[in-house]
Formats: sequence, structure tokens, C-alpha cells
Amino acid sequence: MKKHKWLETSYISLMMAFLYAPILVLMIFSFNDSKSRNVWSGFTLHWYRDLFHDQEIISALMITLLIAFASAAIATVLGTAAAIGLNKMNRKLKSVVMTFTTLPMVNPDIITGVSLMLLFIYLRVEFGLSTLILAHVTFNVPYVILNVMPKLRTMDKHTYEAAMDLGCNPVQAFFKVVIPEIMPGIMSGFLMALTFSMDDFVISYFVGGASVQTLPVAIWSQTRRRVTPKINALSTIIFVVVVAVLVISNIHSARKEKMLREGRQREVRQRKVGE
Amino acid sequence: MSNTSLTKSRKSSTLQVLPALPYMLWLVVFIAVPLGLVLFFALTDSSGSFTLDNIVQAGEHMQVLLRSIKLAAIATFLCVVLAYPLAYIISRRNGFRRRTLLMLVMLPMWMNFLLRTYAWMTLLENNGIINRFIMFLGLEPVHMINTQGAVILGMIYNYIPFMILPLYTTMAKIGNDVIEAAQDLGANSWKIVTKVVFPLSLPGVSSGITMVFVPAVSTFIISKMLGGGTNQLIGDIIDLQFLGNTYNPNLGSAISLVLMVVVLLCMSIMGNMDDETMGGRIL
Repeated sequence: MKKHKWLETSYISLMMAFLYAPILVLMIFSFNDSKSRNVWSGFTLHWYRDLFHDQEIISALMITLLIAFASAAIATVLGTAAAIGLNKMNRKLKSVVMTFTTLPMVNPDIITGVSLMLLFIYLRVEFGLSTLILAHVTFNVPYVILNVMPKLRTMDKHTYEAAMDLGCNPVQAFFKVVIPEIMPGIMSGFLMALTFSMDDFVISYFVGGASVQTLPVAIWSQTRRRVTPKINALSTIIFVVVVAVLVISNIHSARKEKMLREGRQREVRQRKVGE
Repeated sequence: MSNTSLTKSRKSSTLQVLPALPYMLWLVVFIAVPLGLVLFFALTDSSGSFTLDNIVQAGEHMQVLLRSIKLAAIATFLCVVLAYPLAYIISRRNGFRRRTLLMLVMLPMWMNFLLRTYAWMTLLENNGIINRFIMFLGLEPVHMINTQGAVILGMIYNYIPFMILPLYTTMAKIGNDVIEAAQDLGANSWKIVTKVVFPLSLPGVSSGITMVFVPAVSTFIISKMLGGGTNQLIGDIIDLQFLGNTYNPNLGSAISLVLMVVVLLCMSIMGNMDDETMGGRIL
């Protein structure tokens, strides 16, 4: 059994080393004094300082955030409405809609990107911010729908009726009862849309045109030449923020779990005392 | 009486479906029409008249397509082998340890994947970090970058979380009581894995396979960065037709169509595998 444990630990360590080696390299070289990406020549923080003065990177970051928030917001409204309608739809039509919904999720990104590019060429829409937002909404809506639908399905239908009986009109009942009930699904759909939008390269690459660059597209064009350590610095910052958020939420849920457990124990104890 | 109530209920149901209407229009304009355009461009020439030339020309890239399928298949297979034990270990942990391990698996995905792949260049280059280390040990440096092996490594690296997560999800559903029951009935750990865990985890295996194979077979980023110019994949050829020097959306569409057929075939095979195992379990 002990030998087993040793094997398991070393296997997990190797897998983690594999997953984190490139990330470690990236982060270490954001502190490198020279521009080289594999020779260490001393510690510096100047890439972090220069980063905030680099107009190209900052504007790419701003464009990425703008597109992410705009497309996630539109996708959330569109997707939530769609989920509500789909919930009442007859089975045949629903399965057709759901097939088309999952299509961009199962289709390779390159096909989605190319097909949208053809659409914009065909309609003679100029490539830029608007095409990027339209494309991002398109691949974001499915995640909203798939997050909201289960919440609607498990929702108690009678609360809506109760609100109507108590004098709400359908619109009031919808905003006061249904929306709060499915809010967790809407929020997680929105957050997923946000991350997928910020992370997307392939589709933005095909529908972005030459004038507007999102951060991943800017990074791509740099990797074709040479990536400045400023980009390493930026991704290190983003990564550290994400890690911090995840660690905090992990601790939070661990504490919640503990509290639940203790609460249950106390209940049991009280019951015993009662007996 | 019943008739009027029926029409009423039907009317209210059409009204209730109404919120989905904008999205259905969106699907038509941004999903159905674009895919139709791929088909249209594939079957026409630049002046818009019908032709099969693009399909014939796409056939000339058969070798690249086969190479893409081969490399993606190897990467997918290795992903199963590497991810399976890890997913199983995570699924047998609980609480804090399970959450931490899951987080560690997903965390790399929050670092831009172009940069992560670029970092592999730094590691694999002829005078890169791994080779420096090898030479430091007094051994001969190994040529790694711009080989098919490097492309496979890049695919495994980028897509292995998509294998671990579905595997973990199906395995987490296998209760410890099922495994204990097998132990009580005298199964050793090898038998438990092959006769209990593996059959029950097959849905996860098949969805993991599609989630890794589809992006791997269609990538053009990994091959450009880690494969050099000599290991082009089908994605590179498509990219060249749309944004490269040889601008030809008609040929590009034809090749995209071929790629879609490959992906659909892969998914239907995986779907069938799923059905068969389900049937097997019922029997």
C-alpha cells in the first residue's frame, strides 16, 4: 500500500510539472532584465512599469474587455430570453433549436470563424468592432442557455402563479419571482461568456480585420515575430488575479462546508440532549 | 367550450415561446446562413457559378489532412492514457483535496494559450531550456522543436484538461459503495479497474475523445509555433486560403467542408460507442 502511495504522488507531481512548466517559464521571464526569452540576465521589474505605457497593449486590452462585456451582456439577455421560450416550446422545435445551439460548441473554432467571415464578406460588412461583437455573441449565447435552462426546469412553477394571485401582473411576476429564482444560472452564464470571449483567439482572428486587435490577436502577431516581456508581465498579472479569486472562493466554500458540518453536529447534539 | 380553451392554451403557448424568437432569428443569420455560405462558396468559383473544381483541388491536400488526423489521433490517445489515472485519483478524493486538485487542473487554462504554446518553444528549442539542462548534465542535445513530436506535445498540453474534466465527472458518479461491493465479492484492484471503473467511465472517455480530437485536428496555432514550416496541418491550409498569401475563399470553404465531415464522422463514431456501451450495460 505504501509503495502505491509513493507511485501516486510522483505521478501527480509529474503531471503538475508538465502543466505548469511553461507557465513558470513565462512568469520567470517577465522579470528578466534582457529581451531574451531563454537566457537569464538579472532581475528587473521594468517590464511591469513599461507595460502601462505601451499604447498598443493597453488599447488591445481595452478592446478585449469592451468586446467581452458587450458581447456577454447581449448574450445574457438573448440567451435568458431564449431559455425561457425554449422551456415552453414543444419537443420537436426545441430539439431543432438545441441542435443549432450546440453546433458552434462542437464545430471546430476555425470553421465557425471562417463561416462568419464569409457571412461578413457576403453582406459587405466592414470588419471591426461590430463584427467582433456579433461573432462573440454568437459563440457566447449557448453557454448562457445551458446555464439558465436547468434552473428554469427545477424552478417551482407555483411561485409564479402565487405572485399573480397576489396581484402581480405577468411582467411584475416575471421580474420579481422568475428572474431572482434563475439568477445564479444567469450569473454563471454571464461569467462563462465573459471568460470565453476574453480567451478567444481563432474566431476573433478571422472576423477582426486589420484595424482592431484584441489582446489574443495582438499576442499572436507578436509570436510571429518576437513576444515582448511586457506581454509576459501582463499575463502574469492576470494569472495572479485569477489564482487569488479562485483560492479565496475555494477557502470560502471550504468554510461553508465546515460550518454546515458543525451545524449538523450541533443539531444532533441538541437532539440528544432533548432526549 | 373545450375547443375555445384549447385555442386559448395554444395561443398562450405561442406567446410563451415568443422570448426565444430573437435568438432563433440570430441562429438563422449567424449559424445557419454562414454554414450555408461555406457550402455555397465550396461549390462555386470566384464569379459565383457552379463548379466542383474546389472539391477536386481540396483532394490535393489529402496528405496534410491525413497527417492532421494521425497527429490528433496520437495526441488524443496519449491524453486518455495520461489523464485517466489522474481523473480517477481526483474522483476518489473529497472536500478540500478534490477541489484543490481540480483547480490545479483548470488553472493553466486561464493563462493565454498562445503564450503557453510560445513558452513551449522556449523550452524545446535547440538552445532552449531543456537542451541547456541536458548539456549541463554532459549529454548530447536533442532536436525537439519543429518536429511532429513537438506538435503532438503541444496538442496534449493544450487539450488535456478537456480530457481530465469529463473523465472526472463520470468517475465522480461511481460511488465508493460500488467499488467496495466489488472488493467484498473478491475482486482485486486490477479487476476493479477493468471490470467496474472502466466500463462505467466510458461515456466520459468518449466525450473526452471528441473534446480533444476536434480542436487538435483543426489547429493551426500549435503547428505554426511548434511544427515549423514542414509540419503543416489542415488548419494551416484553411488559414492560408482566407488570411494568407493564397487568398481563395472558395478552395478554403471546400477544405473546411472536408474538415467538417471528418469531425462529424469522429463524433458519430464516438456517439455509437456510447450507445453500444449503454446497450451492453442493460444486457
